[in-house]
Amino acid sequence: MKLLKATTFLVAAAMATGAAAQQDGGRLDLIVQPEPPGLMLGLVQNGPTQMVSGQIYEGLLRYNKDLEPQPSLAKEWDIAEDGMTYTFKLQEGVTWHDGEPFSAADVIFTTKFLQDNHARFRGAFSHVESVEAPDDNTIVIHMKEPYGPFINAFEAGSMPIVPKHIYEGTDYATNEMNNTPIGTGPYKFVEWEKGSFIHLTKNEDYYLDGLPHIDDLYYRVVPDAASRAVAFETGEVDVLPGGAIENWDVARLTKMDNVCSTSDGWEFFAPHAWMWLNNREGPTSNKLFRQAVMFALDREFVKDVVWNGFGTVPTGPVSSKTNYYSDDVPQYPHDPEKAKALLEEMGYDGTPVRLLPLPYGETWQRWAEAVKQNLEEVGITVDIDSADVAGWNEKTANWDYDMAFTYLYQYGDPALGVARNYVESQIQKGSPWNNVEGYVNPELDAMWEAAAVEPNTEKRQEMYTEIQQKIVEDVPVAWLLEIEFPTIYRCEVKDLITTGIGLNDGLRDAWIEQ
Amino acid sequence: MTFWKRFISNRGALLGLGILIAVLLVALLAPLIYPRGPWAMVQRPFLVPFTTDGLPLGTDTLGRDVLAGLVYGARVSLLVGLVSTVMALLIGVPLGALAGFYGKWVDEGAMRFTEFFQTIPNFALAIVLVAILEPSLTSITIAIAIVSWPPVARLVRAEVMSVTRREYVDAARLAGLSNMHILIRQVLPNTVSPIIVMASLMVATAILLESSLSFLGLGDPNIMSWGFQIGAARTVIRSAWWLSFFPGAAIVLTVLALNLIGEGLNDALNPHLSRKGRS
Repeated sequence: MKLLKATTFLVAAAMATGAAAQQDGGRLDLIVQPEPPGLMLGLVQNGPTQMVSGQIYEGLLRYNKDLEPQPSLAKEWDIAEDGMTYTFKLQEGVTWHDGEPFSAADVIFTTKFLQDNHARFRGAFSHVESVEAPDDNTIVIHMKEPYGPFINAFEAGSMPIVPKHIYEGTDYATNEMNNTPIGTGPYKFVEWEKGSFIHLTKNEDYYLDGLPHIDDLYYRVVPDAASRAVAFETGEVDVLPGGAIENWDVARLTKMDNVCSTSDGWEFFAPHAWMWLNNREGPTSNKLFRQAVMFALDREFVKDVVWNGFGTVPTGPVSSKTNYYSDDVPQYPHDPEKAKALLEEMGYDGTPVRLLPLPYGETWQRWAEAVKQNLEEVGITVDIDSADVAGWNEKTANWDYDMAFTYLYQYGDPALGVARNYVESQIQKGSPWNNVEGYVNPELDAMWEAAAVEPNTEKRQEMYTEIQQKIVEDVPVAWLLEIEFPTIYRCEVKDLITTGIGLNDGLRDAWIEQ
Repeated sequence: MTFWKRFISNRGALLGLGILIAVLLVALLAPLIYPRGPWAMVQRPFLVPFTTDGLPLGTDTLGRDVLAGLVYGARVSLLVGLVSTVMALLIGVPLGALAGFYGKWVDEGAMRFTEFFQTIPNFALAIVLVAILEPSLTSITIAIAIVSWPPVARLVRAEVMSVTRREYVDAARLAGLSNMHILIRQVLPNTVSPIIVMASLMVATAILLESSLSFLGLGDPNIMSWGFQIGAARTVIRSAWWLSFFPGAAIVLTVLALNLIGEGLNDALNPHLSRKGRS
């Protein structure tokens, strides 16, 4: 007993010194690219909005790099054995940025607010029967059915808690307060100079003692990738979020003195890149052709050369960072001979296929050129189409393509971010984010559905493993890369990325060594 | 002095002709020199020029041979330059000739129409056209032709107007020749020399326009051109200078050659001017 006490004391002491080493103060300049369309996270959920507003608003939970839930506005939570009831105990003494107290009523209000404005929230909450608040600090959610991925749907981007006292009874979209967002987060909104910067400042009344550490955050808007790289080199900005600069510049900047980089902080999103292969018509509707494409692609080369070694070559639809991943699936190494044999077997007649690159800059253009070259080497004729962002959206959404590049987030669970691209019920013209390839497999549809509501984790893993094995055999799309976006920052910025959500909620714990 | 003698007596013109012939030869022989095409990824990326055997100009961001790209780019530049110039002449010459010959409302109409195109900046119009038509070799050639014909029309109109007032045209009229016959047989042949000079310069401009469009990413993504090479190298210009330098040099040389030839032609076709210029 004495020994135990002593250890506890030591651990406490170690933690205390650790905390003391963190210094307060300073100013941090970050790039936000592109400029967000708005900052009211309940209404707008674009990537750049999430990055800035993730400091202003908070969810009930956040997720560590292994995607395990961590306390945020909820300090404790409990899932009933049968998966039918979720209970959250909220933090005490939380106030909104305008001084009003935060309570369970705000959470209840949020579930109504988001119902009208947040597609992903709506999807997750379609499994919910009712939400109630037995007291000011408790939320109880009753489910219609057990839904395993539900626990992954509570971070700020998926369910930002919005203030009831500001929005109740108003027209949400036109509420003037959308321009000066009020949240519970570690930083408060100060000013947004359009086209130039967004300024946030420390929330002195934050409910966690000693946090946050940094005084001021400036999110800078710089429209050109090369200028962003220069801004970092000259010391004008301290943090380049993933994707802010072209890959070729990453190698150059990370070689500079006192510059650190990490590819952590994208585990929750796990951006997964692939080529839509049109399963409806043309050569790509033939499974043998699609398999030939997989064997023809030199995906390791693209990872090493186009992405400077960042990322992982995927084995199938589920990212290795997402829960329920399995690598026990058919493999597609770079094997041109095998590709040629498959094309021969199917009797490919040289019909040209159109390839639509993603119009997100030079990296993606080079990638398309490399793919074209790979495919032509095994005898597939490829024409690269060109389109701007609007054209790309239109062509993919209306299925006017043979092969098209894309990448999508996975949100930690196959039911949240993977199934939508492969089940028949998600074949709908007009959206470039659903089952655009037109893959139809009723047997797998039933399995996706069953796996989503299976309460037993081990069983779920088995089900998803089987799904992955079958789908990889069919090659509905050509999986290219688990993208890693390196975040580049000055080494004196510490604890910048501590969760699987990365910069989007990371500045709560970050501090600057003086 | 014959035309040819006058032309070769101009050293600049001779040099220009030499360069142009060299570029033409390279363009024609490209598939023989590089049978694998310009897109083949042949070696490690970012190889510095003059360090690797067989890759004198190094490799680009994907490990493609820069020299192979240059050689194939020559085909595109020359093709676009020539075809678009011919197209521009086919629009500009008839329009200018009719305007200058008939005058009055034909002239008014044709010139207002021409001015409509002239008031829009060339390059902006070309960008819009290519964006609307979707980038391809054909749409780029058409766009360049459409933005380059107005000066031709104006030049031809002025020439035709001045020639039409000469006595031999009056004589032809008195002889009872039809208007069309006079215009095509008597007037136009006497306006050819300034058109030739202008055409040689237009090829140069067209090459520049094509390169600029490709540089902006509006080129045909399936075709290796000099402008594309420079555009693709823009993001790595600080770490790999050679990727933009060599294609840039190729553009400069070719355009310079065409300008020298144009100058030479001008001197040779207009002996009066050239003699004055040299004395």
